[in-house]
Amino acid sequence: MFGLDKKDSTLLILVAVLTLLAPFILNPFPSDSGLAQFNAGYPDLMQRFVIFGIFAIGFNILFGLTGYLSFGHAAFLGVGSYSAVWMFKLLSMNILPAIILSVIISGLFALVIGFVSLRRSGIYFSILTLAFAQMSFALAYSVLTPITNGETGLQIALDDPRIFGGAVAADGSIPVTNLFGLEMRSAFDMAVGPWSFTFSAGYYVCAIVMLIAFYLAIRIFRSPFGMMLRAIKSNQTRMNYTGLNPKPYTLAAFVISGMYAGLAGGLMASMDPLAGAERMQWTASGEVVLMTILGGAGTLIGPVLGAGAIKYMENIFSKINDNVLHGWFAFLPDGMEDAVVWILHPFVGKGWHLTLGIIFMLVVIFLPGGLVEGGQRIARAFKGKKAKETSEKATTEPAE
Amino acid sequence: MSNNLTRRGVLKSGAVAGAGVALPTIFTASSASAFTNEPTGSNVVLGFNVPQTGPYADEGADELRAYELAVEHLNGGGDGGMMGTFSSKALDGTGILGKKVDYVTGDTQTKSDAARASAKSMIEKDGAIMITGGSSSGVAVAVQGLCQEAGVIFMAGLTHSNDTTGKDKKANGFRHFFNGYMSAAALAPVLKNLYGTDRKAYHLTADYTWGWTQQESIAAATEAMGWETVNNVLTPLAATDFSSYIAPVKDSGADVLVLNHYGGNMVNSLTNAVQFGLRNAQANGKNFEIVVPLFSRLMARGAGENIKGIVGSTNWHWSLQDEGSKAFVKSFGTKYGFPPSQAAHTCYVQTLLYADAVQRAGSFNPCAVVEALEGFEFDGMGNGPTLYRAEDHQCFKDVLVVKGKENPTSEFDLLEVVEVTPASQVTYAPDHPMFAGGALGTCNPGA
Repeated sequence: MFGLDKKDSTLLILVAVLTLLAPFILNPFPSDSGLAQFNAGYPDLMQRFVIFGIFAIGFNILFGLTGYLSFGHAAFLGVGSYSAVWMFKLLSMNILPAIILSVIISGLFALVIGFVSLRRSGIYFSILTLAFAQMSFALAYSVLTPITNGETGLQIALDDPRIFGGAVAADGSIPVTNLFGLEMRSAFDMAVGPWSFTFSAGYYVCAIVMLIAFYLAIRIFRSPFGMMLRAIKSNQTRMNYTGLNPKPYTLAAFVISGMYAGLAGGLMASMDPLAGAERMQWTASGEVVLMTILGGAGTLIGPVLGAGAIKYMENIFSKINDNVLHGWFAFLPDGMEDAVVWILHPFVGKGWHLTLGIIFMLVVIFLPGGLVEGGQRIARAFKGKKAKETSEKATTEPAE
Repeated sequence: MSNNLTRRGVLKSGAVAGAGVALPTIFTASSASAFTNEPTGSNVVLGFNVPQTGPYADEGADELRAYELAVEHLNGGGDGGMMGTFSSKALDGTGILGKKVDYVTGDTQTKSDAARASAKSMIEKDGAIMITGGSSSGVAVAVQGLCQEAGVIFMAGLTHSNDTTGKDKKANGFRHFFNGYMSAAALAPVLKNLYGTDRKAYHLTADYTWGWTQQESIAAATEAMGWETVNNVLTPLAATDFSSYIAPVKDSGADVLVLNHYGGNMVNSLTNAVQFGLRNAQANGKNFEIVVPLFSRLMARGAGENIKGIVGSTNWHWSLQDEGSKAFVKSFGTKYGFPPSQAAHTCYVQTLLYADAVQRAGSFNPCAVVEALEGFEFDGMGNGPTLYRAEDHQCFKDVLVVKGKENPTSEFDLLEVVEVTPASQVTYAPDHPMFAGGALGTCNPGA
């Protein structure tokens, strides 16, 4: 299907089903139960899942295939966001021109940074990208304040020109982002007994874009170009000796992954028309590295899983405060309740970073292949012998 | 995993999955509501979005305490606090419109992005009908914009930038706290009396909307009385060490340092300034002076000894002796064991004002609430007679000019009130140039 082999088609369909049914899958608990705290099926978070999924997929094309560890990818995300918001200010509230421009601009940006940074490899490359990203952050944060509005963040206003019309909505307020009239904010609530599911237009737009991005990533992974990138990862010197110049390939991979980041940034601004400098900070760049490694670098689905896991922790765990904890453990005797809450307190609420850190360490130590490896191990344990047979079969196939 | 991926198989399973998804819609109809998050049950959810990490974390923690206290009072718990002294008697301690008040909290991290994500999840997931909080004007402006789009009310907490109710004002947003212009208008006469009219000022300014507008206001007000502004240096909000910014001050020819910093920023920059010996320095034949235009007790505590004798302005101080302040300090002190800060005060008052407006309007509809708050005059909330101006949703009330106490009697008794500047002296026209360029737009009930 679509030029993919069976295994990849299955994966693509699986991802498609998961993303399209996400409003159900992420809201497993009735909305009035105590466990509703863990529901993640609200538009903002679902949008974040897929947007950061796109970001991580793009990052994985560079890191997973070529092994070049960029510590400055958030810069492209930020550039994408700023370009998109400027399109909303100048052209119209349609998200299409905004997204296209954000991909183009971040691609150009990646071309410049990549051209310079890729003169070095290994740790020097990482440091160079980090330096460029911090430079962009500093520029956005204070120097380029007229373009970026500094710390306050770039927002759309009533008196923006928007030359393609729609400067002011019918009711005199700031218009909302749309795709040919389909408002990104519009949502449809469906109540089924005690459950409630929200279908948001913005989420489905993001989800479809992510599926396209995912499909493209599979094609890149399976293409001769992808093979060349893997060759760079395994032994660049050998490639040089065989007379191949790896530089154009790495630069292409860098630009492609920068464009993915720009796409994510543009989508982010389309869902919520605001761009802030903190999106470009080195912590944001580090986050996508964490996502990719947590999910499984070099695998197709890994980065998406990693992005989902981190965003879930950030948005759900950080919301659990002491009050909620006391509510959960109210059944325990007083002294014990306080003790349990005291133990859990550092791990939830603003301490969610600590929980994330522990999980990350456990994954890196025990599952070097990330969550994907965990899934594979579980699958193997369940299937047992059968899986072994098929794998044997696969290895005995003759080489082409 | 099956390897039999045929076209027919895909179609079949697709059809089954599709039917499964469509099935529940047969049993339900989407419930239509008049506005975003209309409360239908026996309770109503408010969203408290405060900085729990970052340079304003101290203020955020105190704001959260005040919110919890306000919810307790609204639900009829505690001693009622300022509900007893509030001039409007619509609230009766049975929640809001008979619905019990629940709340959710979130961490803004003092970042616009994180604050908006947190506010969004409150609106979309928890069904919050009103968002309140702040402690950074950048965040307040960003969240106010979001609330306008989403169709819920935003009751700004601690935000002091002119832009919040100026260039970036929104119909769904309201601010009780004072602003940079008011600080400057109140401070200028006091500074004139203390330090004379022939001074050269050096500004260090937090590099975001609040710093910019406060610096602009202070510079305008002091220049009007004869001061000269030597330099204005912008410092990043995330900075923790200001020595490199303080070092050039001594040789700049200035004899006054104005620190347009707040929270942790101000504590650090003031400490650096004192370490560099600026307090004891002489310049142009005069004593070198430091001015901190926006002040709070939490900052005074953080700065310790260094704060003594330094002049600034504040929205409210716990030592005020009117009935409202006394009632609030008493119930806050009983619950937490120490007096509230100005951040706590404004957040508590905002929550009560919102609840009261809903009660008077008889509806949670944001447009009805906006109507009830616009032009609302009240008293008994610690600041004397106060007006919520309809043109820009800004409160007009007295402003306190305070000074770091030379001989504090306790760890809370750090500031003394030098002057209470009457509201009339700090009032400005809605189209004042420092506030021009924005529009309220129309109220948005969402849905």
